[in-house]
Parts: sequence; C-alpha cells; structure tokens
Amino acid sequence: MTDLKTRHSAGLPAAAAGTAPAPPPRHRPGWRRQLTPWLYLSAALVLLVTFTYIPVANMISYSFTDWDGVSPDKTFVGADNYVELFTRPELFQVFFVSLYYLAAAVLQIVVALYFATILTFKTRFRNLFKGLLFFPYLINGVAVAFVFLYFFKQDGTLDSVLAIVGAHPDKLWLGDPDLVNVSLSGVSVWRFLGLNFVLFLGAMQSIPAELHEAAEIDGASKWQVFRSIIAPSIRPIIGLSVILSISGSLSVFEIPFIMTRGFGESKTFVIQTVKLAFDFNKMGLASAMAVVLLAIILLITWAQRRLVPDERADRS
Amino acid sequence: MTAPSVSRAAFDRRERRAVFLRPLAVTLKYLSLVAASVVVLLPLVTILFTSLKTEQEMASGDTLSLPGNWFNFDNYATAFTKGEMLAAFGNTAFILLFSITGTVIIGSMAAYAIERFTFRAKKLVVAAFLMATLVPAVTTQVATFKVVDAMGLFDTRWAPILLYMGTDIVAIYIFQQFIRGIPVSLDEAARLDGANSFKIYRSVILPLLKPAIATVVIIKGITVYNDFYIPFLYNPSPELGTISTSLFRFKGPFGAHWETISAGAVLVIVPTLVIFLVLQRFIYNGFTSGAAK
Repeated sequence: MTDLKTRHSAGLPAAAAGTAPAPPPRHRPGWRRQLTPWLYLSAALVLLVTFTYIPVANMISYSFTDWDGVSPDKTFVGADNYVELFTRPELFQVFFVSLYYLAAAVLQIVVALYFATILTFKTRFRNLFKGLLFFPYLINGVAVAFVFLYFFKQDGTLDSVLAIVGAHPDKLWLGDPDLVNVSLSGVSVWRFLGLNFVLFLGAMQSIPAELHEAAEIDGASKWQVFRSIIAPSIRPIIGLSVILSISGSLSVFEIPFIMTRGFGESKTFVIQTVKLAFDFNKMGLASAMAVVLLAIILLITWAQRRLVPDERADRS
Repeated sequence: MTAPSVSRAAFDRRERRAVFLRPLAVTLKYLSLVAASVVVLLPLVTILFTSLKTEQEMASGDTLSLPGNWFNFDNYATAFTKGEMLAAFGNTAFILLFSITGTVIIGSMAAYAIERFTFRAKKLVVAAFLMATLVPAVTTQVATFKVVDAMGLFDTRWAPILLYMGTDIVAIYIFQQFIRGIPVSLDEAARLDGANSFKIYRSVILPLLKPAIATVVIIKGITVYNDFYIPFLYNPSPELGTISTSLFRFKGPFGAHWETISAGAVLVIVPTLVIFLVLQRFIYNGFTSGAAK
C-alpha cells in the first residue's frame, strides 16, 4: 500500500504534463508536485481556520477582556471574568441543570441497550418497532418543542392521559421549578433515545452469529448472553455514547430555549452564554463561560481516550 | 453413571423452568415494545388530532377527543400562508442545496488529498481536522458570530451555508474511509492513460464514492433541515426564516391557537416522515457509519 502510494505520487508530474510515456519527467520542479494536494485541501482548510480556529482563538482572547461586543474598545481585565464565573452562584447554577440531563442520558443509554438487545433477537414487527423508536431523532427540534409544550400544558396530553387513569396530580409540568428540568430532560430522552438505540443495534448485529449459536448450545440465558457476548463487543460504542452524553448534557440549548425560553430553573449553560453575549452585551464573560465549557469537554474527551482505548482505530 | 444423570436432572429442571418463564418473558418483551411505541406516538398523534380540529372543538377542551372532520385542513392553510411556510421551505431548500453540494465537493477533495498524496505537513493537517471535531460548535458560536459579522454575511443565506460547509469534518472522515477502500491500481491505470490528478478525482474517485455521498447527503440533510441554532442566530429577518425559525415564530402570533401551531408542526414533520419511510435502510446505515468517527 505504502509503496504503491509513493510510486503513484512520484508519477504525478508525468500526468500533469499530459504526455504519458514521454521521457522520465524527474527533472520537473518539485514545487508543482507539492502544490497539488494543497489545491484540493484549500477550501476545507480555509473554512476550518475561519470558522473553527479563528473563533476559538478570538474567544480565548475576549475572555480576558471586559468587551461588550459592540464598542471598539476592550480593556484587558486578566482573570476577572473567570473569577466572577466561579464566585457568582447564579452563574454557577447552570451546572446543576446539566445533572438532570446527565441522569436522563444514563437512563436513555440503559433503555436503548435494552431495546437494542431484544430487537437483535427474532421479534415480530421488528422493523416497525425499530422505525418507531428511531423516528423521533429525525424530527425537527422546534416541532419537538411544540409537541411537548402541548403535551405538558394544563389539560394537555399528559394531564388528559393521567385523568383517564384517575390521577389528577394538578402539576404545572413546565412551571414548577422542581419539575421543569425533569420534564425537559424527559423530552430529551424521547428525542435522542433512537440515536443510541440504532448505534447499539448496528454494533450488536455485527457480532458473528457463531458466538450466539455457541451460547445457545451452552444453554446460556439471555442475560448471560448480554453480559458475556454482547456487552464486551459493543464496549467502544457504549464508551462513545457515554462521552457524547456528558458533553451533550453540558451543551443543551434548543429544547429548553424554545419551550421555556430558559427562564428560571431551566436555564442551561449555553442559554446562559447566549443571553450574556447577545442580550446583556457581556461578551467577555460569555467568552469565559464558553472557554470553560470547551475546556471541560476537551478534558472529558481526553479522559475517554485514556479509559477506553479506541479499538476502532485499528480495524479501519 | 451418576454424573450424567445429575446433569440430566439439572437440565430437566432448567427446561421445566424455561417452559414457565419463556411465555412470561415473551409477553414482557412485547409489552415493553408496545409501551415504548405508545410513548413515542402519543404526543405526535395528539398533535395530529389537534391540527385537524376547529376552533370550537378546541374550546370544548378535551385533548384526547378525535377531530369531528378528518379532512378539515383549514389550520394547515392558515399555518402555511400566515406562517409564511412557503418562504421557509424555499429558504431551507436553498440552504440545503448549497451546503450539501459544498460539503460533498469540499469534503471529498480534502479526503482525496489526504488519502492519495504524500506531502509535507500532512500529519499536521490531519491533526488540525481531528482537533476540530473536539470543539463543539455551540461553545464557539459567540466568537464565530463576530467572524461572520465581520465578513458582512450576517443576516444573509450565505452565513448558514458557509457554516454548515465549514464545520463538517465527519463528511471528510466518511469520504476518507471510502477512498481508502478504492484500490490505488485504478488511479494508476487512469494515470497511464494520461489522466491528471483532477481527472482521476473526477472520473475514478467521485463515481466510486456514491455510497459515501449518499450517507453524507442524508446525515447533512437531516442536520441542516432540523437545525435551529444557526439560522436563529444568523438570520433574524423573517423573510430569511428557515422552517425551524419560521415555526419558532408561530408562538407569537398564534399564541394560544394550538390548532394552528399543531398544523405548522405537522407540516414540518411530514417531509421527514416521507423521506424516512422511503430511505429507511440508507438512513440507518448512514447513522451507524457516520457516528463511528
């Protein structure tokens, strides 16, 4: 593979000259050969730098200033924004909101594992159930938010269903500070369960059938099959899901923003950042928050790489 | 003689227990599946019912009642015209067309360069793309906003288009995996026929990338169609609204008119449902191969 590749790039100038079997073009200047790959990469690299690296660099530099985002002057304030962030409890509170989503994500992974496992085995209407469980993931977030605003509203779907069963809890599902995050993270389970489920199912179906047959001959129970065959085989994808859930729980935005406008207890980290930056013109503080979030996510990803070695990398 | 008979007895015991437990397990399995289906469907079905109800039916207040006339599409007409959904679908289609085409071309060219050329700083370039996957777009959006604004793209359709093209490292990765699977001998043969590198990309690599392109188009298409954050931040003008932001605006004028809001939500969900039913297999494959980054 490698030697083919080198041969291939060495042959490049001949093709560029357009004369196939002509005398060996070894004397052609190397700059042209060196330039070609950059032509193919240029668009991607320009976009990458403009929309990822420049913003990250700017964000870090804003976070040390008191910039309001509009005026031309920014004053360097050192670590003041970071100090403010960690000392004002109302700014810090958003981290606790993430815990609701984190708990929901754990539930989501467990339920997704359960359904992926039972649908790996023969089941009637398998494709129908698979489609039903996955479909919510594909629905537009704003539509999901409206569907659940109606679901949770007074005398909405949830209250009506509970009334049939005879329960009248008389709760404001989205208005009660103790309940709002439970309701909202429930929506996120409803919406994202399907993605985890499909990823797990895909991984489970790539387990060789012989392993299942062998287990059946040995008389293993379904739980034993799960513990000793399925779980170890899909460990990388479980690890990935856990990491994505943690960073996802920290960066929740859409659903609470649309459903409750992020008022009161339902304000998440990203809603807070966006509000500080665009509503309160506190660009410096907002950038500091974003830097903290980025640092946490990088740290988690790094920890995951250390804890769950990437077996996938060898296979590809 | 004893050993086999003991294990025989154990086996019998297990069999007897299985005879009792198996029907129970099967029942529980189907019960859980049906329960999950109800949880998925109930919120959606009530929205569908609501969208078909008249204002009087809504006033009578029973959420779970069926609409009197199953063909009452008045709410849809209101949502479509007053909610400016036509413009919203137009804007979304425009953004989809350009961002997906751009992603496919830019992503496949970058992957081609990385997979088929040896050049200085290649490791650095690959590392730069990989590092970027770790930076979640939501965290840098505040700073990205300033970059877009400085380029004079704020409140134009090009802002979301460029952002969707620029953040797609997953596409490059998927293309890279596919190009790795295309034998280099094909490139070699074309080269002997006098093809230059662009000709090889155009007529050897690109046609063979079709399955990867399908994957990228599906994943990207769903992301762009459903995205709220980027158009919300960058396209505040109502006439530039995408389906997400236009639907979001329903909350204002239609306030308590849940029958209209529901109709708007159903209008937005239906295209997704149709595409899902038609392309089911490809969508599942797309997600499993796309997420394995």
